[in-house]
Amino acid sequence: MRTRASGRTVGGLRTLSLQAPAVSLLLMWMLVPLVMTLWFSFQRYNLMMPSVSGFAGVDNYYYLLTDPSLWTAMGNTLLLVGWVLVATVVGGTLLAVLLQQEFFGRGVARLFVIAPFFIMPTVSALVWKNMMMHPVNGILAWVAGLFGLPAIDWFASLPLTSIVIIVTWQWLPFAVLILLTAIQSLDDDQVEAARMDGAGPVAIFFYITLPHLKRAISVVVMIEMIFLLTIFAEIFVTTSGGPGLASTNLAYLIYIRALLDFDVGGASAGGVIAIILANIVAFFLVRTVAKNLEN
Amino acid sequence: MSTSTSNSVAAASAAVSASRARRSVINKKLVLTLVAWTIALVMFFPIFWMILTSFKTEAEAIATPPSLFFTPSVEGYIEIQARADYFKYALNSVVISLGATLLALLIAIPSAYSMAFLPTKRTQGTLLWMLSTKMLPSVGVLLPVYLIFRDLGLLDSRTGLIIIYMLMNLPIVVWMLYTFFKDIPKDILEAGRMDGASTLQEIFHLLLPLTLPGIASTGLLCVILSWNEAFWSLNLTTSNAAPLTAYIASFSSPEGLFWAKLSAASTLAIAPILIFGWMTQKQMVRGLTFGAVK
Repeated sequence: MRTRASGRTVGGLRTLSLQAPAVSLLLMWMLVPLVMTLWFSFQRYNLMMPSVSGFAGVDNYYYLLTDPSLWTAMGNTLLLVGWVLVATVVGGTLLAVLLQQEFFGRGVARLFVIAPFFIMPTVSALVWKNMMMHPVNGILAWVAGLFGLPAIDWFASLPLTSIVIIVTWQWLPFAVLILLTAIQSLDDDQVEAARMDGAGPVAIFFYITLPHLKRAISVVVMIEMIFLLTIFAEIFVTTSGGPGLASTNLAYLIYIRALLDFDVGGASAGGVIAIILANIVAFFLVRTVAKNLEN
Repeated sequence: MSTSTSNSVAAASAAVSASRARRSVINKKLVLTLVAWTIALVMFFPIFWMILTSFKTEAEAIATPPSLFFTPSVEGYIEIQARADYFKYALNSVVISLGATLLALLIAIPSAYSMAFLPTKRTQGTLLWMLSTKMLPSVGVLLPVYLIFRDLGLLDSRTGLIIIYMLMNLPIVVWMLYTFFKDIPKDILEAGRMDGASTLQEIFHLLLPLTLPGIASTGLLCVILSWNEAFWSLNLTTSNAAPLTAYIASFSSPEGLFWAKLSAASTLAIAPILIFGWMTQKQMVRGLTFGAVK
């Protein structure tokens, strides 16, 4: 009994000392800026008006929460995350199944498909903005012209859609990478047995492949969600959040407040709201996915 | 006589159906090749086009219809090199991504070890909390971090970016390592402990060699994420420690329609990481599953 108890404390001590660096660093990383952000969010603090200062109470929050741009930005954030997730998961699953088949030059084709994952977000946004989606000299305008269609001014008329396209292009390879690995661990005998029983390719896909990929898909959703909630560079380079607020997400709205309006107090209040939102999403999402992974 | 005829007929029809089956297999393979390559080329096209454009003159770069055949020129490369020294930025990128990756691994390994082999009630919660820290928008904490960095003299320093990237990637690194460590049977480590190995010896002599592929792929992902990160590098560096993301940004806005130069700079910025990623993709794929593949 005594030995067990002491063993447990020794184990606890070891756990503590081993985890201490990572946990304490992340705590600091989270808490110090959080506390400072919280502090600023209750202050009158505008870099353009240094004479105006002091305690603002909940004014910053009041202005922010009654400002329709906050809700537009939240809506855009959810739309962006949602559409990219749907596109990458559906596209990634189909592509993984396709790239798993035998065909000529499979290795090289796979390299081509995963390439966008290695490209800097700034570079891919610049390439899409200038060379692909440019309304006059872009490739897409030229292709539309071949079919006698009018060129689309992507970032002016379909700003959020354009960003969804760019981000999907970047993250589709990630989904393919993970799902392809998962498909390779699929039991061939099971597929063969199903085929013997007269199951067609579609039935095999829905009743065997897809259930097998469930865990991998939840991992893709979770990891992508983490990165997509804070998309910034793609918007910064292409639309700057416009026209109007049509492609402004929460991260970009805070950026506008902090660095363009110099309103530190308002930006900090936005930061606090974003942090709360992130935690709500994290709580539900991570819990669901983690449960999925445990089973 | 009749039996031999029927035999040969049967053999012939078998041969015909076999060759038909073979032909249908080949046909299927051809169709698959066509479909898969079409998609692969569409996916790769923006990168291909960027590289191609980087060897054009400015006039060819914006030509309509797009010019596919032209005399390649390296003019764009020479001009951008005259404007900003590529190698300085590239060196910063290499030092910062490798530094951040090594530091993150160093801090994450003990933590992941204790989560995998000495789990408590709080382990799962700690892990989830770590991941949730990644969902905070960086821009929300930019100002405090900027002020802290200014006071500590870390602005525009490689050390500063290494610290930020290490913190940024730590949750993912811990998570991935945890999933690899969990697959190692406890008995192996128990045996080591029986032989009198300390925790550190256990980690270095038993655990690390066993999970090397996993650690490698974690490190690779960490390098790629650090290399491509733009937000912090743009806001916390000006010149001395500026990595390739800042190099690209300096070409992006005032250049207008100078696509050839922009493409040349972009090609230079992504070339090292793209080649690195392609070379290591087999290794990386093995680990990029976050425990999703049993």
